[in-house]
This record gives sequence, C-alpha cells and structure tokens, in this order.
Amino acid sequence: MIASVWSWLTDPANWRGAGGISSRLGEHLGYSAVVILIAAAIAIPLGLWSGHSGRGRWLISAANAARAVPTIGLLFATSLWLGPHVTGDLAFTVPSILVLVLLAIPPILAGAYAGVEAVDPAVRDAARGMGLTGPQVLRKVEVPLALPLLVSGLRSAVLQVVATATIAAYVGLGGLGRYLIDGLASGRYAVMAGGAVLVSGLALVADLVMAALQRLAASPGLLPPGRRKRRSDRPDAGPDPPHGTTVDVPAGQDREGSRTHRR
Amino acid sequence: MIRFEAVTKAYADASPAVDDLTLEAPTGAITVLVGPSGCGKTTTLRMVNRMIEPTSGRITIDGVDTASMDPARLRRGIGYVIQHGGLFPHQTVERNIATVPLLLGWDRAKALSRARELIELVGLPAALGRRYPAALSGGQQQRVGVARALAADPPVMLMDEPFSAVDPVVRDQLQEEFLRLQSHLGKTILFVTHDIDEAIKLGDQVAVLRVGGRLAQLAPPAQLLAHPADDFVAGFVGRDRGYRALGFVAATLPVRPERTVALGSTVGAGEGWVLVVDDGRPLGWLDTARHPGPVDRSSLALGGTLASAGGSLRAALDAALSSPSGRGVVVDDEGRVVGTATPSDVIAAIEAQRAESAAGGGAP
Ligand SMILES: Nc1ncnc2c1ncn2[C@@H]1O[C@H](COP(=O)(O)OP(=O)(O)O)[C@@H](O)[C@H]1O
Ligand SMILES: [Mg+2]
Repeated sequence: MIASVWSWLTDPANWRGAGGISSRLGEHLGYSAVVILIAAAIAIPLGLWSGHSGRGRWLISAANAARAVPTIGLLFATSLWLGPHVTGDLAFTVPSILVLVLLAIPPILAGAYAGVEAVDPAVRDAARGMGLTGPQVLRKVEVPLALPLLVSGLRSAVLQVVATATIAAYVGLGGLGRYLIDGLASGRYAVMAGGAVLVSGLALVADLVMAALQRLAASPGLLPPGRRKRRSDRPDAGPDPPHGTTVDVPAGQDREGSRTHRR
Repeated sequence: MIRFEAVTKAYADASPAVDDLTLEAPTGAITVLVGPSGCGKTTTLRMVNRMIEPTSGRITIDGVDTASMDPARLRRGIGYVIQHGGLFPHQTVERNIATVPLLLGWDRAKALSRARELIELVGLPAALGRRYPAALSGGQQQRVGVARALAADPPVMLMDEPFSAVDPVVRDQLQEEFLRLQSHLGKTILFVTHDIDEAIKLGDQVAVLRVGGRLAQLAPPAQLLAHPADDFVAGFVGRDRGYRALGFVAATLPVRPERTVALGSTVGAGEGWVLVVDDGRPLGWLDTARHPGPVDRSSLALGGTLASAGGSLRAALDAALSSPSGRGVVVDDEGRVVGTATPSDVIAAIEAQRAESAAGGGAP
C-alpha cells in the first residue's frame, strides 16, 4: 500500500501535464493565496480598528460563532444559491472562494483584534500623551506590538485554508482535492492517499513559512531576553514552547514575561 | 506659567474628582501636587495636556488657553513622564527618546544624536541606547522616561509619580539627579506624588490636595511644615515634621576645631576617637582604644553623615547623631573638614535660631 502510494508520487509522468501533480499543486496554492489575501484585506483592518477603538467587539464573537457552520454544507448551499445567478466557471469559483474566505476570516480577525487589545494601556497612554494622533498611535505603536499575534492568526488561517481548499474539487474545480475525489470515485486508493499526503505536506510547508514570518514580524524588543542573543549565550535555554497554530496559544505569552516593569 | 482657573472635573455620576481648583505653577519652578490616593492629582495633571478635558474652568500655559490648541500639538510641547515609564517595548531606548523630535519633523540623524545626548544627561551608559526597554532595570526605565520627556526641550513638564515604582535607594538617587538636572534646565514642572517626603524634598512649592480634589494648602515646603493650614494638612505632613522642618533652616553653628590624622600615622591607645582624613577629606573615625598603632583603612568606623558648613540644621543634627564619636563632621564646599559639632551644639543653635526668629517675629 505504502509502496504503491510512493510509486504514484514518484512517477514523473504523474507530475506532468494539465491534470498533473505540478499543476494541481499550483491551482491549490493559487486558490489558497487568493483566499488569504481577500480574507486578510477584510479581517486585518476590521480587527485593528476594533482593537484600537474598543468598538465592534461583537464582530469577533460573530465571526467565531460562524466557525460552527460546516464548511461543506455552506459550499453546497452557496453553490445552489448562486448557481442560477452566475454563469460559466464563476458559478463554481465564487462559492468555493467565498466559503474559504469565511473560514479564514475568524482567526485573522481574532489575531488582529487580540494583538491590539493586548497592548499595555500605559504604553498606549504614553503614546497619546507625547502627542501621537489616533492613527499614529495605531500605526507606530499598536500595529508593531500586535504583529506577533496578528501573524499567528494569519498562520492558523493559512493552515486551515490549505487543508480545506480540497473541497473546491467537490464543485468541479481543481486543486489537490481532485485526487481525493477522483481516487475515491475510481477506487484508486493509492491516488487518494497520495493526494492526502500532498495536501498535508503542502500545509506543513506553508505553516513553516508562516512560522518563519512570525519570528521576523516581532521586534527584537518583544522577544524573551534569551532569544535576543544567540541561543548558546543562554545556559538555561530550554526547548521551544509548543507553537500554537491557533491564536488561542499566542506567542504574546512570551512577551508578558519580559516586561520587567509590570511585576 | 501654568494657571488653573476655577477648574472642576466631574466624572459621570460621581462627586467631582477635582473641585474648583485655582492654582499657579510658576515658570522655572517645581510645583508638587501631593495628597492621599484618589484625591485627584492625576486628574489635575492630565487636564493640563488635555488627556482629560475639564468639566468647567480654564487652564492656561503662558497665558494661552489650552482648550484653544490642537491636543496633539499641545502635547508635543509638554514633557510627560508617567509612573511605569510607558516605554515602547518594540523600540530601542534611543528610538524611544527620539519620539517627539521625530513627530516634530526633525531629521532622523539629528533626532537620534539628540537622544544619545539625553542618555548621557540622565546618567545612563551610552551603550544602553541600542538596547530594548525590557533589558533595563526599573530605575533605568524611569531615567529613559525622563529623557524621552525632555527630548524636544519642552518648557513645561508633567510628571506623574515618576519615581514611585522603584526601590527607596534608587528613588533617592533619581530625586537627587532630578534636582541637579532641574537646576540647569529650569523647566516649569508640575509634579505629582502621594509621598509627602518627596514633595518636600523636590517642591519649590507644594499644593496639598484633599479627597474630592480641593486645594487644602499651597505653600513652600518650609512654610507647610511650620504652619500647616489645618488639621488635615498637619496630619498629612506627618509626625516628623519638626525634624524635617530643620532641613529648611540654615545652620550658624559654632564649629569646634578637630584634630585630624592621616592614614599610616601612629596613634596611641588613650587618644579616644580620632578623625582620619586624606588630603583634608574625612575618611572615617578611628577608635584608638581598639586599634592603637599605625592607622589602617580597614579599622575605620564608617557611616556617619557629613554636614556642610553652610548647610541646614537638619543635616548638622543628623551628622552629630550619626557620628560614632558623638561629634558630627562639618565640611566646606570642597569637602574638607572644617571641624565638628556635638548634638548639644546643634540643639543650642536651634534654640538660638528660635529665639532670634521669635524676636524678629519673622520667618520660621
Ligand atoms: N476615568 C475615570 N472615570 C471615573 N472616575 C475616575 C476616572 N479616573 C479617576 N476617577 C476617580 O477620580 C478620583 C481621582 O482620581 P485620580 O485623579 O486618579 O486620583 P490620584 O491621582 O490623586 O490618586 C478618584 O476617586 C477616581 O476613582
Ligand atoms: Mg494618580
């Protein structure tokens, strides 16, 4: 079984051509990127605004509640609903993208909001007291301080979208989901398993990229003291804390510990 | 000059936090607002830079009504220091200090070089400029907070309990340096504290507020200690006020000549306590009964305080009381020994000073 999955994955012929693995990977990544961009364009400004102004908190709760709606049901519902109104490829593309965007918004929104909301009130107050205007406080203080949590939200959205973009195949679109569906339909389990392996691999790689971004996003001042220098300078360096893929396990926990003036 | 004219602040559904306050903070002087917790000190301070808007009344700075100015511009012209520093954790110390100059549109190089200048001015090592706030001690963070407020050289400074979050030793040091700085800079400062000792030490004038934000007394520290306006002020000013008031009375002490010896010279066992000096400066007292023979640095008894010749009676009394020999060391401006005074000498001077001021009917 494993051998047949392996041989399917490593057969160069399977990688070439219109339905080949390379082009499916490309489609999958393309959909995911578009989805994340749209979701971020909506959720980041909303989350930042809500955290900055303290208003619109219901948005975050509402977005979280919306996570309970099963994605696949939503996909069929929107397809049925939009079908008569939209023609051609769009009839399939729009519902898939829409459903995935809805999936990606809550973690990004929560991350952006939580990041700004967690800013030390004394820091915000000092910023205003020195003469920063509201938008300057947001841009120069709140956003940089919110970045670690914001990117953590983005990271969890990326992971979910890459994994869930397989459903696009249900409504006739490409992406790696095709292998799951076609494999199942034709009883070629090696193809199905191979597809699953590819999706997990892609999700893993995307998550690693996001993890790297998360490290870059944080100002050195926000890292715990040991990480600011080389690892070896710190004799008590323990293993890394487990990485949260959701914003519920924020990297910001580390930040608290380094605020010496708030004991 | 900062002027409060009948300023009242009432938060929603509450009795006023600040009630009909009229007060003047003169140019170039430190005015301290002091009072128990919740008496409206912070509210008063924050109305000056419009972090809080008064319910009624007017606040002017050098005659200009603050209500007529754009709040952000107003604040850029006022230094503001808060209790926990409020430093930006994502920026280096240098960048933190350069905040207001950069907001004012200075070019980056100039703003950063100004920041480095200030790091030195507040007594921090230059290398700290590239560190992040989390790597600093509490005392260092407070210094950075002060440097940041001074960066654009604002004529007016608001300071809200800037030294209360550090330990007493560091606080004392910060207070001394703050006074030294102010003697060069001559800012108009409104300083909030709940600590009457700090108020008396730092204030050119002290405004005592009672709960409800009413001004109980506005006076220079010496007068506050000598003539509290009412029971509340007397109670707040506290138990040691007689002793503390001596801090504002200059000493005219009859100083006794004192024999001094240098390190390495030889003393006999019967000579009692002798004062050991180096180039005229006191090193410590030596108990010849316990350490006869050549004078060795390690046998010195340390810890007595010094009084300066033109200093206060409080310092003189403290020097006399803290000296192991019972004789307080009096030094001149260069720190060289002038002579000594015993506790009874100081008490006699206090009584003489009393009699004199009673006869003159004048100052405390
Ligand atoms: N934002 C606010 N809303 C309502 N009441 C407040 C607010 N800020 C302060 N107060 C109240 O006003 C009074 C004075 O507060 P404050 O000026 O902070 O006192 P202090 O600095 O002297 O301790 C207190 O009773 C406090 O509870
Ligand atoms: Mg206060």
